[in-house]
Amino acid sequence: MSTSFTPVVAGSALASDAPAPATAKSVPRQGETPNPSAAALQARFPTAVKQVRVVWGETTVIVDGGQLLEIVQWLHDDPSQRYDFLSDVTAVEFRDLELPIEVVWHLRSLPYRRFLRLKVLLEKGSPLEVPSVWSVYRAADWLERECYDMFGIRFSGHPDLRRLLMWEQYREGYPLRKDFPLRGRFSRSEQLRQALAANPEARYTKEELSIAQAFEDLPDDMRRRLSAGEKTGE
Amino acid sequence: MATKRTVEVELSTTGLDGQGRPQRVPLVVDDGGSPVALEAPAAIEPDLAGDHMLINIGPQHPATHGVLRLVLELDGETVVRCIPHIGYLHCGFEKSGEYRQYNQIIPYTDREDYLNSPGNNVAFALGAERLFGVEITERCKVLRVILCELSRIISHLVWLGTTCIDIGAFTPFLWSFEKREKIYELFEAWIGARLTTTFTRVGGMGADIPDGWLVGLRGFLTDFPKTIDEIDRVVTRNGIWVGRTIGLGVMTAEEAINHGLSGPMVRASGVAYDVRKDFPYLDYETYDFDVPVGTNGDVYDRYLVRMEELRQSVRILEQAAARLPEGPINVKDHRLILPPKSKATSDMESMIHHFKQVMEGPRPPLGEAYVAVESPKGEKGYYMVSDGTSKPVRWRIRPPSFVNLSAISKMVEGHLLSDVIAINASIDIVMGEIDR
Repeated sequence: MSTSFTPVVAGSALASDAPAPATAKSVPRQGETPNPSAAALQARFPTAVKQVRVVWGETTVIVDGGQLLEIVQWLHDDPSQRYDFLSDVTAVEFRDLELPIEVVWHLRSLPYRRFLRLKVLLEKGSPLEVPSVWSVYRAADWLERECYDMFGIRFSGHPDLRRLLMWEQYREGYPLRKDFPLRGRFSRSEQLRQALAANPEARYTKEELSIAQAFEDLPDDMRRRLSAGEKTGE
Repeated sequence: MATKRTVEVELSTTGLDGQGRPQRVPLVVDDGGSPVALEAPAAIEPDLAGDHMLINIGPQHPATHGVLRLVLELDGETVVRCIPHIGYLHCGFEKSGEYRQYNQIIPYTDREDYLNSPGNNVAFALGAERLFGVEITERCKVLRVILCELSRIISHLVWLGTTCIDIGAFTPFLWSFEKREKIYELFEAWIGARLTTTFTRVGGMGADIPDGWLVGLRGFLTDFPKTIDEIDRVVTRNGIWVGRTIGLGVMTAEEAINHGLSGPMVRASGVAYDVRKDFPYLDYETYDFDVPVGTNGDVYDRYLVRMEELRQSVRILEQAAARLPEGPINVKDHRLILPPKSKATSDMESMIHHFKQVMEGPRPPLGEAYVAVESPKGEKGYYMVSDGTSKPVRWRIRPPSFVNLSAISKMVEGHLLSDVIAINASIDIVMGEIDR
């Protein structure tokens, strides 16, 4: 073990006399003091910040989607903010279909022990597209892919935006959208038919096969099917 | 002897080559211009540098700890690229949760990270309680801490046992599973279930501990450190173990934070981030325990961190057992907690509450809450959005091993194929939680 080792400690940017973190007690639904980063964001990006609200002690900042990447980059880099940890990327669609779809980022600043929720509202009818924060946080890789998979929200700038939990040929749509029925869009018999028709042998994507020019090593029938343009499945 | 010159002539008879150009072959002619026999070319080493191999691991493979599938590109035995595939266990817990009342979602939380069921129950209940604006009783808090820490021990023991098997040590597996069985016996005595506990309710717990349960817990806490020491003695300085874990899958502190790693994964990289310390819940700030931190961020450090966390969990459990206060376990609010059965059948108001709660379910006010706890795998968050009805409009799990696993491509690059198994084991994945 090297003697020069110093751990990265959460709360390191706080003053030494700052109060120790404690379990929140009897948090009111509204009226808690907002996270100071919200005011800083309002001062820095006056046009992009649309609303700040505090519910159950958690600060939510609703921002303009066009400037999201800029805002996140600033929150990550600015020495007075240092939001270095991306907890979660997800989306919310309400049962009232008139309400916009919300894309939600949960950020943590470990040095300042802060928690901030960023939201972008995507109005119904507008394209479901927001900038990807992959260039700032690598954690966004799978989180954004999952969000795309489940809600169909495109994260522009993501290097590899493919379906993650559902297979690539999944054609029923986006499961967590409210217009997607709980039992799936297709009938049970159609779902069964598709499952039985799936080709479990063709398990590789073209990209993966190109690794080893493995195409030549495949069995004859599979090679024939693939060259006839059949899509590979999981 | 005539000197030989090599000339290239176009031979129309051989047709086209792979790129569609006319094929040109070398032809050897002597000085007089007449062709001579070709000599066999000197033997040369075959060029293998460009030949990469495709290896598929999983989804049905004991060392992937579930239905994880890794497609690896190998250069010799070195991993050049790793393409993970997940989703084989996806069953739409989040979608189903939108059609369930809050208390009805708790069984789903058992089944995502099934090694940490009580911990997930607690985390979900904490999230729902924030959404309802409920403050739970002191006794309930301490009981929940006991649940969380016992399930942390279970999860780490399963991790330890299976990882030892992956790397070639069988005995620690038996020792750790024996102790795990002891905890399951404690759960069975208290909860009635072993794996899928479903034990918290919004606003309280399913039942109080039975008489004498703490004696069993104390007995376990006396025995258990001996097992840790035993495993420690067998594994920590074992030559094979050390040789197969040191220097593998290294993540620096900055990389670990940027990749969103949490739990023992980020702590092994030297980042002292523990939700229990930094964003406390259940009064964890009043317990005296340490957060172990690794220095190198490799597989060996992750092992050391988890071993130390087992000891710290024992410390927390001892304090919790010592301070367990008397009092009710449930909040006094019959809109949230079912009235006792005897009252529900004899008292009109209790019956109404019982009926309304079972048929309609309690309704939280409009709002949203993200509550994170330190699960054995890392920061586990539940994000709930209420639109004022008895069912959440969105219920989101932030699965720690999902985010931890997403860094596997980076961690295995440049390592040997056999090390992929050790690195994958060190992440401590539970596919139920990753696919949900």
